[in-house]
Amino acid sequence: MTRDVLLQGINLTRRWGGLVAVNNVSISLKRGQVHAVIGTNGAGKSTLINLLSGEFPPSSGQVELLGQGVSHWAQSRRARAGLGRSYQRNTIFPSFTVLENCRLSAQAQHQQAWAFWRSAERDATTRSIALDVATRVGLGDSLDCQAGFLSHGQKRQLEIAMCLATAPQVLLLDEPLAGMGAEETERMLTLLQELKQDHAILLVEHDMDAVFRIADLITVMVNGLVIATGTPDEVRNNSDVRTAYLGDH
Amino acid sequence: MRHPTSFVLIFFGLLALWPVMSGSYGADLVAKIMIYALLALSLELLVGSTGLVCFGQAAFFGIGAYAAILLSPIDGSAPSLWLSLLSAIALASVYALAVGALSLRTQGVYFIMVTLAFSQMAYYVVHDTPLGGGTDGIYMYVKPTWGWVDLDKPAHMYGLIWLSLLMGFLFFSQLLRSPFGRALAGIRVNEQRMKATGFSVYPYKLAAFTLSGAMAGWAGYLFAIKDGFVNPELLSWHLSGAVLVMIILGGLGHMRGALLGAFAFALLQELFQSEAVFGNYAKHWHLSLGLAIMACVAFMPHGLVALPAQLRERLSGRKNHKASAAALEEQA
Repeated sequence: MTRDVLLQGINLTRRWGGLVAVNNVSISLKRGQVHAVIGTNGAGKSTLINLLSGEFPPSSGQVELLGQGVSHWAQSRRARAGLGRSYQRNTIFPSFTVLENCRLSAQAQHQQAWAFWRSAERDATTRSIALDVATRVGLGDSLDCQAGFLSHGQKRQLEIAMCLATAPQVLLLDEPLAGMGAEETERMLTLLQELKQDHAILLVEHDMDAVFRIADLITVMVNGLVIATGTPDEVRNNSDVRTAYLGDH
Repeated sequence: MRHPTSFVLIFFGLLALWPVMSGSYGADLVAKIMIYALLALSLELLVGSTGLVCFGQAAFFGIGAYAAILLSPIDGSAPSLWLSLLSAIALASVYALAVGALSLRTQGVYFIMVTLAFSQMAYYVVHDTPLGGGTDGIYMYVKPTWGWVDLDKPAHMYGLIWLSLLMGFLFFSQLLRSPFGRALAGIRVNEQRMKATGFSVYPYKLAAFTLSGAMAGWAGYLFAIKDGFVNPELLSWHLSGAVLVMIILGGLGHMRGALLGAFAFALLQELFQSEAVFGNYAKHWHLSLGLAIMACVAFMPHGLVALPAQLRERLSGRKNHKASAAALEEQA
């Protein structure tokens, strides 16, 4: 069975002065797959996400989203076309309620900038999306809580909810499990399993147990280079990976 | 929402009754302050609601004011109120659109400097060219008319200014509740996230900038037809700075704050300029006004709007969650 390739990065390179943060990396994300990217700190994982999502442009290389070349598209346009991302550091709207964080994110796909006479809060479409995604990630009980007062784990859940609210086809998740307790991690992994059915997911994560449990494909990066790509078993048994990353000699 | 609604009713109710209670001096003063309040509202949309610190608001105000006079018919007949008001607003909006289109490509302190530079350019155009009558300014000989409205009567003028402020306030308040307004709030709190979510933030900011310029032009127009006189000082950075102080004094992030701040600023100025109160010292009113503003900012960091909440917090000795919303924004 061939799966649709939803997002593809081709020969992506990003230089910061003399430092090559991402060096000639190609990656393709398919619907129904969780593609994990692992590597030590500074390996270029977050930079790769930023290149794919359009936060900054690559020094060279191309990005294709749903079969279209999007290398010159602004980040906001890629987002509207179905590319959702979450951040490693929480980048929610702390002074807004949980519901409003999700609702505003949903609004990106339903922008009615000229309808100034309408109340955004009472907008049925975006409100129902917001309720749905907040419930899905497990924040159904904290809808009216100001996001800044949430616990760290809840903020990570909110990140995912905001990402889902934009109805993306591709999810780029930067360390969604960081700082989460065991219970929250379980819930998030279950959610990712669900989301995988109809999304292509790129997962950058340090929690190796979680990665090897959930990923269909794993790409290993070291110093901006991809040293291995394969199924969890292939990666586990790859000698380069064992030397460079898993600390085997 | 009950609390703000009752504020609006009381505030505008008092303003409507004021001329009956005060003499003509008092009514004239309040009319002038209401014009500044309208200008403060326009800046609040940028600074408090969108997070864009514009230091050139006086240019739009001045352009609206000069347009009121320069666009009067050459033959000396009275212009139509609506026509001249709309053209003044249109002119200020066009200038705001152009300034916004260029300045919004910069951020932070550069944005402040670029908006200041553009307003200084407008200032020197009216100051140093024959177009605006130079430093002397120009007089308006015939006030605009519309139907039975006679703007030479102070009561009619007062009514027009009151209505303008009410409409401006209601329009902006509704705007902030709309999807557009929520997007502006999102841009203020976390612009990067807004982009990642799929909002093209530039058109939003440009629309806000233009609307703000339009309302500043509206205020300037009222200023010109009220006194029948304009001069380059209306475009000077002193005014841009004073309006910034007004909205900070009132409390950023609230349309009500802009109203309160304009009144507080103007009344403080009036107080310190009064020889009846301060005698000879009144000529140093800049100093006393400055000290008073510093005290206000030090003791009411969230402005006059937050004063009731701040007092309640003091009295109960508990941290109020609402009051720390500003602290939350700093996390973003």
